[in-house]
Amino acid sequence: MEPRTTSALLYLNGVTVSFDGFRALDNLSLAIEPGEMRAIIGPNGAGKTTKMDVVTGKTRPDGGEVYFDGTFDLTSLDETEIAELGVGRKFQKPTVFDSHSVENNLRLALKGDRRARKALSWRESEDERQRIDRLLETTQLGAVRDTIAGGLAHGQKQWLEIGMLLAQDPKLLLVDEPVAGMTDAETRQTVELLKEINRDRTLVVVEHDMAFVRELDVKVTVLHEGSVIAEGSIDQVSANERVIEVYLGR
Amino acid sequence: MHVLRERVIALVTALGVLVAAGAGAGARAESFDDALAGFAGDSYSDTEKAIEAIAASGNPRAAIVIGALQDARLFFNAGTKKVYVKTESGTLLDAATGEAAAGETISDLKLVRINNRLRRAIEASLGSLTLLAPDPARRFEAAQAVFRSRDAAALPALDAALAKETDAGVKRALTEARAAVILNMSAAKQADQIEAVAIIRARADQDAVALLSALPAAASPAVTRAARDAVAAIQNGLVLWEAAQNAWYGLSLGSVLLLAAIGLAITFGVMGVINMAHGEMVMLGAYTTFAVQELIRSNDPALFGYSLAIALPLAFLVTGTIGILIERTIIRFLYGRPLETLLATWGLSLILQQAVRTTFGPTNREVGAPSWMSGAFEVGHITVTYNRLWIICFALVVFVALLGLLRFTRLGLEMRAVTQNRVMAAAMGIRTSRIDALTFGLGSGIAGIAGVALSQIDNVSPHLGQGYIIDSFMLVVFGGVGNLWGTLVGAFSLGIANKFLEPYAGAVLAKILILVLIILFIQKRPRGLFALRGRAVEA
Amino acid sequence: MTGSPLIRALDRVSIPFLGLLAAIAIVVPVLNLAMSPLSAWYVPTYLVSLFGKYFCYALLALAIDLIWGYCGILSLGHGAFFALGGYAMGMYLMRQIGTRGVYADPILPDFMVFLNWPALPVYWYGFQHFAYAALMVVLVPGLLAFVFGWFAFRSRVTGVYLSIITQALTFALMLGFFRNNFGFGGNNGLTDFKDILGFNVQSDATRAALFAASVVALGIGFYLCRVIVRSKFGKVLIAIRDAEARTRFLGYRVESYKLLVFTVSACMAGIAGALYVPQVGIINPSEFAPANSIEAVIWVAVGGRGTLVGAVIGAILVNYAKTTFTSGALAPYWLFMLGGLFVAVTLLLPRGIVGGAQDPGIAQPRPAE
Repeated sequence: MEPRTTSALLYLNGVTVSFDGFRALDNLSLAIEPGEMRAIIGPNGAGKTTKMDVVTGKTRPDGGEVYFDGTFDLTSLDETEIAELGVGRKFQKPTVFDSHSVENNLRLALKGDRRARKALSWRESEDERQRIDRLLETTQLGAVRDTIAGGLAHGQKQWLEIGMLLAQDPKLLLVDEPVAGMTDAETRQTVELLKEINRDRTLVVVEHDMAFVRELDVKVTVLHEGSVIAEGSIDQVSANERVIEVYLGR
Repeated sequence: MHVLRERVIALVTALGVLVAAGAGAGARAESFDDALAGFAGDSYSDTEKAIEAIAASGNPRAAIVIGALQDARLFFNAGTKKVYVKTESGTLLDAATGEAAAGETISDLKLVRINNRLRRAIEASLGSLTLLAPDPARRFEAAQAVFRSRDAAALPALDAALAKETDAGVKRALTEARAAVILNMSAAKQADQIEAVAIIRARADQDAVALLSALPAAASPAVTRAARDAVAAIQNGLVLWEAAQNAWYGLSLGSVLLLAAIGLAITFGVMGVINMAHGEMVMLGAYTTFAVQELIRSNDPALFGYSLAIALPLAFLVTGTIGILIERTIIRFLYGRPLETLLATWGLSLILQQAVRTTFGPTNREVGAPSWMSGAFEVGHITVTYNRLWIICFALVVFVALLGLLRFTRLGLEMRAVTQNRVMAAAMGIRTSRIDALTFGLGSGIAGIAGVALSQIDNVSPHLGQGYIIDSFMLVVFGGVGNLWGTLVGAFSLGIANKFLEPYAGAVLAKILILVLIILFIQKRPRGLFALRGRAVEA
Repeated sequence: MTGSPLIRALDRVSIPFLGLLAAIAIVVPVLNLAMSPLSAWYVPTYLVSLFGKYFCYALLALAIDLIWGYCGILSLGHGAFFALGGYAMGMYLMRQIGTRGVYADPILPDFMVFLNWPALPVYWYGFQHFAYAALMVVLVPGLLAFVFGWFAFRSRVTGVYLSIITQALTFALMLGFFRNNFGFGGNNGLTDFKDILGFNVQSDATRAALFAASVVALGIGFYLCRVIVRSKFGKVLIAIRDAEARTRFLGYRVESYKLLVFTVSACMAGIAGALYVPQVGIINPSEFAPANSIEAVIWVAVGGRGTLVGAVIGAILVNYAKTTFTSGALAPYWLFMLGGLFVAVTLLLPRGIVGGAQDPGIAQPRPAE
């Protein structure tokens, strides 16, 4: 383990990723402090999802540093190891286990020994049962706990996925477009949910929806063509020349 | 070898006589007639002398007379001592003049008898006459015989023949034969022997290696060294030739793989549809060829040379149509479910095989090759057969045509659009389901024309396709799914790798090795040789 | 999800099914051996052997269902593990022949004498002991599956790619076993068996015992699969099948799960093959043919993948149909029927006969994109 070099929980420095000559990330640098909630916005192809892929170990960067908690070099770990460190990820398209019940989805996500051998002889403890109940409450899915996840409404799936993230008990949550396809009411509820989660966890939220970002009321990072072009409050970045240019295509 | 040696000795003896006889050219005509009389002596020793004399006479009728003696068609009149040749059609000719023998009947004549010893003398003298034969090919053969026998006694005869030889090829053969003889003569001068080594070295084949590696123990160190160097040099050269031959076989195999897989590169590579019945499309193409040839045979055999040209578009139509039908009735319902597609198309392949078995019978059907597809020619030490050559060309033409179709036509553009972004393509007004059907039809049609080509080198049976399906899939995966160039490079590299492994591992083991190597390769690069990297391919 | 996984596996589905198997294992041999051939209750020996064979196929189908139905791994090479188990048993049976072979060599099997082999190859050592052979029946397929899976799953070869390389694996093995110098009898394989554990393989009693052993093996295999799929391990398998990436991001080491279940499945296939060989009296390289493996997959599809009972029913039904049709006037049409079955099941009956009735196991087929 290397000595701690930064106070940031997630620290990206000069990260570059190219696909067939196309630079998805270009010298991207970013630092997320513990306890922070950060919104990341940017037009299509700005590198938002690729950034998530790099942090969670799905994509290996061509260059640059990625540190978690100041000590763990994420570029040398794979998805499973990174998840074990306490990084949870919600996909852009809600991804839950369609043929498991809501309850079993949460049960599988619940923090615990993940080894295959243990899974064979695993028995649920009282504590685990209570945690599942609490999660069902938080995500307001108690009424559908026995429903097969594949049959849930879109918004419920999004929430189930967030619930699964919470079940993992991660230090850092990466949330990709949590309100895509949600109704206004659902969006407002999601804002509340994320804020509540933020009380004891760090969050990075990638979103298109400016109204949603405004409601989150957190520091915003604007990505464009794989690098950061502005950072600050939503009002600051909205006034930024470069950002206006990128978004309005002037 | 023993018989050969005797023949050569006899030949040399005959040539020796010839050389001696050459001194007095004027006496020739007489000596021929005199010698002929020897056949009338009815004694083996007289006959033997006569054979030698005839061979030495240089008379153009000599070969006819001795040939007749060999075939028991030489007769003599015990009274007049005149000798006659009975032609194969049964007429009697005067042996001396070749004119019809008037007034003689076969019943008055006696056959010139021969025994085994004489037979050898006859063969030897025929050999010498061959060396002097007007046909250069026969002279060449005689020289080669001496080269292999390396008999020292042949030297004077060779020298004499060399002096008269005008044909460059035969002259070289004679020179090499002479060098071979000299190398095996302990009495020869060292300088001559070294020169002989150089001559043999220039020959640069297995025979030369055999000769140079088996020098007499008495050979001087300088000669031995020269021979050793020459062997090394020749072997280096031969290794290159062998590599070239393997490369050729490899290219040939590669072209077969390419043909079999190229349609799959469309259906699997571009559309992502696992078509296990792809091999059966190839098989149907081959049977289309068979059917076309049958029709031509029974109706207008003159068209046979064009049978493949007729079969090509037909096979494309037949298999392309079947492909479109399959896409419309089965595959369309299974998009996004590759494993189910795999099973359904496997079922289809069983049905198609059985259908062909019921229609054409379970055994191999004979598909003929037009004349321009048969035969072979030599390049250096490589044998090139025309059918393989044409198939390589054909595979490349199909590849280029397909590439062009994808790149430059409206259909190709729409196909690429649908593959890259189905929703967007649909939004642009492309009828995606029509494109799906056409793409699948195209892939199947190409498999069909591949079948036409493969019918020329493979057994046309209901199992034809099965033999290609695993290889084809491995190839497309190896080359990189969705990449035609990958398929091309993959096909030829696998073909060549296979043929280079074969001499060491044997055909079956080479195939297993290649399969294992591909399996390991896929582990290393799951997306193939020319993988597209990025998010698009993962979607 | 409380209680020991071993107990939990005995539920509404398992208990009647296991009970049925137990009854079959006892009743059929009794009806065959104790009844007079003239009795209406008599079960002829050929039927005992035939169904013994089907139960071996059913065990193979279970093995395939465990990985395909629950974990989404479609192996087109499971016939290879089946055949390897069969060869291990065949080697034991060959060594039992001893001096009763055509060449009467006490050590060398006939085909080795025929090929002028001077001595027994090292890899044939030990196969005269049943216990060693039985160990190899499990170990060899298991080891091959482990090594193969270790490479394949670690480098994340999935879906059809995995299917195709498993097919290539069995194809390569077939080519190898066809060779005489591999030392497994080449083309002809291993046959002319005399006895097993001292009992004549041809006798009615032995056949009945082998039948009972096959049914018991199927029962144990079923129970084992049930334990696996009812445990959290089984839930993770289904999770992998539905959303592999999500499972990974939850912190599960997907490749370990796949490797374990793939290896267990290969061992089951090996046992099935080992029980199959003495009942049919021969094992040859054609058992490795890719077509065999795919045919086994269709048994599972017909019965209903993701339902263990379905796999068993599918294997028995399809094979019974095959026996019936290929021995009658309809023989030339069997391949049409089998082919049609592949198409019909995937298009019209994706959940198979047993379907989702028992387990809500199968995800809805995804709509076309």
